[in-house]
Amino acid sequence: MPVNETLATYSDWLYRSALGVYLFAVLLYAVEQAFARAPRKAEALVGAGAPVPGLVEPQVRTELSKPERIGRMGAALTVLGALLHLGSLVMRGLSAGRAPWGNMYEYMSLLCLAAVVTWLVLMVKFPIRRLGAFVLTPILVLLFLGGTVLYAESAPVQPALRSYWLVIHVSVISISSGVLLIPGVTSILYLLKASRPDRFPKLPSADVLDRMSYRTTVLAFPLFTAGIICGAIWAEAAWGRFWGWDPKETVAFVSWVVYAAYLHARATAGWRGRGAAWINVVGFALNVFNLFFINLVTSGLHSYAGL
Amino acid sequence: MIAFLRNTWRGLTSMRTALTLLFLLALAAMPGALLPQLSLNAQKVDEYVAQHGWWGQFLLKLGFFEVYATPWFAAIYLLLFTSLVGCLLPRTWEYFKQMRAKPVLTPRNLSRMPHHAQAVLDVTPEEAVGRAKRAMRGWRMDAGEDTVSAERGFLRETGNLVFHFALLGLLVSFALGKMYNYEGQVIVQANGGQFCNGGIFNYDQFRPGLRVDGTDLTPFCVEIGKFSAEYLENGQPVDYQADIRYQSGEDLTTNTWRPYTLQVNHPLRTSGDRLYLLGHGYTPTFTVTFPNGEKRTQGIQWLPSDQLTLASEGATKFDPPGVTDSEQRRKNQIAVTGLLAPTPLLHGSILNSKFPALNNPMVAVDVYRGDLGVDDGRGQSIFSIDMKMVEQGRLHKVARKNLALGEEIALDDGTKVRFDSVNDWVSLQVSHDPTQGYVLVFAILIILGLGVSLTVKRRRVWVRATPQDDGRTLVEVGGLARTDQAGYGEEFTRLARAVLNEEKS
Repeated sequence: MPVNETLATYSDWLYRSALGVYLFAVLLYAVEQAFARAPRKAEALVGAGAPVPGLVEPQVRTELSKPERIGRMGAALTVLGALLHLGSLVMRGLSAGRAPWGNMYEYMSLLCLAAVVTWLVLMVKFPIRRLGAFVLTPILVLLFLGGTVLYAESAPVQPALRSYWLVIHVSVISISSGVLLIPGVTSILYLLKASRPDRFPKLPSADVLDRMSYRTTVLAFPLFTAGIICGAIWAEAAWGRFWGWDPKETVAFVSWVVYAAYLHARATAGWRGRGAAWINVVGFALNVFNLFFINLVTSGLHSYAGL
Repeated sequence: MIAFLRNTWRGLTSMRTALTLLFLLALAAMPGALLPQLSLNAQKVDEYVAQHGWWGQFLLKLGFFEVYATPWFAAIYLLLFTSLVGCLLPRTWEYFKQMRAKPVLTPRNLSRMPHHAQAVLDVTPEEAVGRAKRAMRGWRMDAGEDTVSAERGFLRETGNLVFHFALLGLLVSFALGKMYNYEGQVIVQANGGQFCNGGIFNYDQFRPGLRVDGTDLTPFCVEIGKFSAEYLENGQPVDYQADIRYQSGEDLTTNTWRPYTLQVNHPLRTSGDRLYLLGHGYTPTFTVTFPNGEKRTQGIQWLPSDQLTLASEGATKFDPPGVTDSEQRRKNQIAVTGLLAPTPLLHGSILNSKFPALNNPMVAVDVYRGDLGVDDGRGQSIFSIDMKMVEQGRLHKVARKNLALGEEIALDDGTKVRFDSVNDWVSLQVSHDPTQGYVLVFAILIILGLGVSLTVKRRRVWVRATPQDDGRTLVEVGGLARTDQAGYGEEFTRLARAVLNEEKS
C-alpha cells in the first residue's frame, strides 16, 4: 500500500502549527494566571450549592479585565490548536490508509489531543481557564518529544497490527490515557492548594480541584478498563493468549489497580483528599512510565514504537 | 477466641485493608515488568542471574523471575479476594433488604440538606404533595399526607455489585484456565509438512496447565501448504499467510481435509483448540555425497538471527551412511553450519542478507567433520553444533565457503556438500484454554457494571408541605446525593422548580 507523501507532509505541517498555537496559548494563560486577581468567593462556589429557584440569579456582567481577555484568547487559541491537531491526525491516517495510531509518535499525538479536548470540556464546566498553562505545558512537552525524538515516517504497519482491533484497542487506551493526564495535573495542583491554601491564592479551591480530578477519572477509568479488555481480546487472536504478563500488560494492570485504589480511597475515611490525590498522581506517573520506559527500554511484544 | 476471629474478619474486610492490599498487589506485580521473567524469556533470566551475582541468586530464590507464580503474589490476591467476598456478602444482603424497603422518612429539618429550596405557595398541602408526586414520576416514592420522600439510582449499587462479582468470576475462571490449559509450539516445513496434535512429543515446546498430563489432547492434524509473505522496500513485513489443510473431529475418521488460510490475527479455531501462525523462517537443503558415492539429502530449519533481513543461522547434521561401527561413525559425522542470506549482500567474501524475501539465496558455510556429540544422551540444539566437541578436538572445521544455489564444496577426503534449495518453514502454536469464554463474559460484565456504577447517582428528594396561618402553604424541598454531590445540582434545581414554581410547571 503506497503512502501518500503529500498528505503526510501536510500532516507534519499541521502538527507543527498545532504545537506553535498551543505554545502561544500557554503564554496567554500564563499571563492571565500571573496578573488576574484571585477568584472571587462566588466563583469558587460554583457547582457546590444550588441556586434558589424562583430567585433571579445575580448576573455579574462586569467589564472583563485585561488579563481575563488575554485568558479568553488563550482558550480560543487552544480550540484552534485542537482543530489543527485533529487535522494532522486525519491527514496521517489518510496518507497511510489506516488508523493514525500505529506507532508511538501517532499514539502520543492522539493521547495529547484527547487531553486537550478533555480540558476544553472541563473549561466549560468549571471556572478554571487560567490553569490552562499548567495543563498544556505537559501536553506540549509530550507533543514536542513526539514530534522530534519519537517521530516516525508515515508508513503501513506490521502484520500483527493489521487488525480492526488496532482501531479499537489502541484508540481507547490512548484516549483514556489522555483523559487521565488531566486528573494527574489537577491532583498535583490540589496537593499544592491543600497543603498551603494561602500560598496559592490564585488556584481554584481544593474542593473544585478534587471534584474535577474525580469526575475525569470516573470518566476515563471504565474507558481504560474497556481498552485493556479489548487488548486482551486482540492478544488472544494475535499472540495466542489473552493475558501473558507482557511488560506493557503488567504496567497497565498495575495502573488499573492504582486507579481502582483511587476510587476506593475517595470513599475511605482518612484517605479522602490528599491521600486520594497522591494515588491519582502515582497512577499518572505509572502511565507515563508505561509510555516511555516500557516502550523504549524494555523489550516486549508491545514494541511498536517504530524507532 | 470468637472475638479474635471476628476482629480479624472485620479487619480483613474493612476498606482500609482492601486499599492496602490493592497497593500491595500493584507493588508486587511491578517486578514482573522490570525483571526478565522465566515464562517470557528464560535465557534472559539466566543472563541476569549470571550478571548480578548474589543479588541475582537472592532474587531467584525469592521467585522474582516468576512473580505471578510465587506464593507471596498468590497470598496477596487471595487475601484481597477474601476481603472482597467479606465486603460483598453483607452488601448484597443489604442491597436486597433495601430493594424492598421504603424510602427514608422525610427529615425534620430540610434546610440542612446540601440541596434545599422553599417557597410559600397558594395551594393546599394535598395539591403540593400531588404536584411533587407528578414531578418525581419514575422515582421510588413514599407519600404521606403532607410529605413525599423519593429515591432514585439503585442501579448504582447494582452495577457496583455486578462489577465486583464479575471480578471474582474472572479470577476464578482465570485460575481454572491455568489448571486445564496447554500451549505448544512447533516448527513445520511449508509445502507438505504435517503436524498432528497427538501427544506432547510432537511439539518442540509444550507448556501444560497444572492438571494436564498431555495424554488427552484434542486430536487434529494440519498440513502446511504454500507460505507467502509480503514486504515493504525496507524489509518490514506487511503480511504473511500460510495455506493449510486440516482435519479434526469427524473428519479424522473419514480422512476429509478442509482448507484454511492461516494468518497473523486469524488463528484457526477447531474443536476447542486454536492454531496460530507465529513466525516463519527458511530451511536450506543440502546434499552430501560421501566418498563411497552414497548421497544423503537433509533440510532442517535454520533460525533467523536478524528479524528484519531474515539472515538465518543453523546446523544441518549428517551421519555417514552404511557405517555400523559407532566408533567409526562418530569420526565421520558432518555438520553444515553457517549463515543463510535470503537476498545476499556481499562485502568481499563476507556474506550478509539485505532483504527478507528469497532472491537467489546464498549460504556461507563452515563444514565440520568428526564427533557431533549427538550420541551421548544429552539433548542438543538443532540450530547449532556442540562447541565443546570442537574445543576438545573431536570435531574439526574442514571447509568454509560461500555457496549459491546448486554450488558445491569439496572436502579433502572427496566428500562433496551441495546447496540444493531453500524452503519456508512456519512456527505454529496450539493453544487450549477451556475457560477463556467465561473470562470474556465476566470481562464484559466488569465493563457494564463499572459503567453503570460510575455514571448513575444514588439520590434522594424530600418534599414537605406545611399549612401557613394565611391559608397558603410553605413547600420545602430537600435533596441529598449519597455518594458524590457533583452533578446533582442541575437535576435538583429542575425538580425543585417543578414542585415550587407554578409559572414554569
